[in-house]
Amino acid sequence: MTDTNPTLSKGLSRRHFLAGSAGAAAAALLAACGGSEIATTVATVVPTTVTGAATQAAPTVAAAVATVSSAATSAAPSVNAAVTTVSGAATTAAPTVAAAATTLTGAATVAAPTVNAAASTVSSAATRVGGATIELSFFYPTAASGPIVPIINGYVDDFNKKNTGIKVTPTYAGGYTDVYTKVQTTIDGGGTPPDTAVLLSTDLYALKDADYIVPFDEYLKDPAFIGDFYDAFMLNSKDSGKVYGIPFQRSTPVLYYNKDMFKEAGLNPDQPPKTWAEMVDMSKKLTKPDGSRWGVEIPSDGFPYWVFQGMAIGNGKNYVDDTGTKLFLNDPAVVQALQSWVDIGQKDKVGPNSIVIWATTPPDFTGGKTAMAWHTTGSLSNILQTAKFNVGVGFLPGLKQNGAPTGGGNFYLFKKTPKEKQAAAFEFIKYMSSPETQARWTVDSGYVAARKSAWDQTALKDYTAKNPQALVARDQLQFAQREFSTHSGPQVQKVFGDELQAALTLKKTPQQAMDDAQKNADNILKQFR
Amino acid sequence: MRRHSPLLPWLLVLPTAMGVALFTLYPMIATAYRSLFKQNQAVRIPRFVGLDNYANLAGDDVFREVLKNTAVFVAFTVPFSVILALLFAIFLNRKLRGIGIYRSAFFYPTVLPMVSAAAIWLFLYTPNFGLVNDATSALGLGRPNWLGTPNLVLPALIVMAIWKQTGYFMLFYLAGLQNLPTEVFEAAALDGASWWVQLRSITVPLLSGTTLFVTTIAAVNSIQMVDQIYVMTQGGPSNASNLLLYHIYETAFRFRNLGEANAATVILVLFLLVFTVTNFVVSDRRAQYSA
Repeated sequence: MTDTNPTLSKGLSRRHFLAGSAGAAAAALLAACGGSEIATTVATVVPTTVTGAATQAAPTVAAAVATVSSAATSAAPSVNAAVTTVSGAATTAAPTVAAAATTLTGAATVAAPTVNAAASTVSSAATRVGGATIELSFFYPTAASGPIVPIINGYVDDFNKKNTGIKVTPTYAGGYTDVYTKVQTTIDGGGTPPDTAVLLSTDLYALKDADYIVPFDEYLKDPAFIGDFYDAFMLNSKDSGKVYGIPFQRSTPVLYYNKDMFKEAGLNPDQPPKTWAEMVDMSKKLTKPDGSRWGVEIPSDGFPYWVFQGMAIGNGKNYVDDTGTKLFLNDPAVVQALQSWVDIGQKDKVGPNSIVIWATTPPDFTGGKTAMAWHTTGSLSNILQTAKFNVGVGFLPGLKQNGAPTGGGNFYLFKKTPKEKQAAAFEFIKYMSSPETQARWTVDSGYVAARKSAWDQTALKDYTAKNPQALVARDQLQFAQREFSTHSGPQVQKVFGDELQAALTLKKTPQQAMDDAQKNADNILKQFR
Repeated sequence: MRRHSPLLPWLLVLPTAMGVALFTLYPMIATAYRSLFKQNQAVRIPRFVGLDNYANLAGDDVFREVLKNTAVFVAFTVPFSVILALLFAIFLNRKLRGIGIYRSAFFYPTVLPMVSAAAIWLFLYTPNFGLVNDATSALGLGRPNWLGTPNLVLPALIVMAIWKQTGYFMLFYLAGLQNLPTEVFEAAALDGASWWVQLRSITVPLLSGTTLFVTTIAAVNSIQMVDQIYVMTQGGPSNASNLLLYHIYETAFRFRNLGEANAATVILVLFLLVFTVTNFVVSDRRAQYSA
């Protein structure tokens, strides 16, 4: 039929248009519901335990993400697809962002480790499956400035070349949160998690509550092994007497200062401020009135709850207990510490009066935009290499005393990983936390070698002779206290961090902010008491 | 002529209907159902709690702030990007030397993946080093920390969102403009109608069908924008840039509070549904569709 009736033609196209737009709107709606679908399907999959996926065949990382049990076939693909979009976005972003702030050489290249297929030596603990090489997947994050990715991949290469019958495939998986989210969605979606991963030491409660991890105790036959780690680093690695995390990428915040600027301002370049009051006084001399240079920058995005812990401990009060269920956020000493932090930008005017970005603090410091900066010791090597002036490092200046939290990541073992792979993963973890590797790690990155014996290694001794700054973080460990770690950790960190930022940007007074933080945190934590 | 079985039409729509049921209806119903259960890191096996999740959301300051931010974000992003898109389209709908270059320049932001765009804007907004700061300080406006100041962060994200999606909407308007009957404009010109009168009385009314489509897409789009928040602010400082979809993502995947995430999702779906239906009902009465 040829349609020549203009009215009908109009009606038709109008209907088409409506249908088309409605279709588009429905599609958009469906896409908008993506979040809901993820949430619901995850919920469907949670109770499904997958045994089929955990066979002896060593799946690669890609397979691990794709493998789904038959029970979860309908649900899991959408989970994976959705998650890949979100976290994929994050991974792409991280290097770009970092590249914008610092220089990141070859961060995106994940060197495929070559392995000798005819490996002859078989490690005693790592029994081979069917005579073949055991393949392990290993996820890790980065949170410090500098080329951490090639460094870690280099260690993995060296381990693979040792011919222990274990081949580890490293995957740089974004920031700490990204790695955590990947592990979580993989397990909840019924997939196979990586065989080991580095996650925040403070994720312990969350990982345990979700029943993702197993303790290391059955592999820890030698008490000297754990005893060699600094006690401060073990505080957040144990729960109810069991060891759940092996310290690897461990850090503590320190004070970086520009010795040349100190000299120029008439200050002694070998005397960093010892107390908060000294820091403020020196900052006043170092700040340029035209706004081109600050006295001190203390980062307040990302994880303000961590940076602030140094101030609270320095004022005599650590705000977390050792059960992960109680906080003391509106303790007078804590409120007072927060007031001092607010004053830096608002009253003393020696630092920015808005949120200071974690990632741009090192380039601000090396670029001469600030004379002092609080940052993780993990950024030390990068700062020493980038700065064109003499860099000094000091303890965090305290309001009353020295104090700092520990920080950084531990190795974890997952419950879903089959036993023989767990044993193999432990061999790898032992290598990564050995005194030799930890000594190299400190030299390469600035992270604090977590084992006492690492500091007797010649490589590290030579390095600290030349760069005594590297010793500051280790020596600060004697004042370090338990890091902020609670049940429902990410959520508690968020409600606390939100209130810290509210006080720093003058939305609330420190007292009001900390009262609210305490109330909100109690609401979450009371479920675990 | 042989009569078809009455089942045939049903069979023909069956594949589509199944797709819709499986990927649209089922998730929506399942979400609504699961929003009645409590499930989080403390309660791993879902427990029926009725409307508790909704009551919690109603009393949650963060959720209220998130709703407010989302409303502000949509209220500014949609009209500005739609109006700009129309103006760009009118400007580019003429015979100019190298018109293709101009058109692609305006369309370029749409082609960029959101994450790359966000990374670029993160750098532009960086305090001390960023281009935006260099510009403001050259104009004597100081060096505001765009993403680190509660009052500035949402406007900064709105500007970026407008930049990102205007080119896309411009494309629809360009197509619409090229389908407009030229004789109407000629007649108007003969009658001495000015450019402005022609725009107001002819162009805009004739394009109302396109506008209906574009505003609907724009609203849905701006509610769905989440990548740039992930990359640029993580909702901070202190939730000043936290939008609904990002909040749902955090509640579900970072905090593992699935009950509340489901409840918030139901609210998001209702919000979108009400907006879309209202937009169609209100605009449909007046909308003109070109044949």
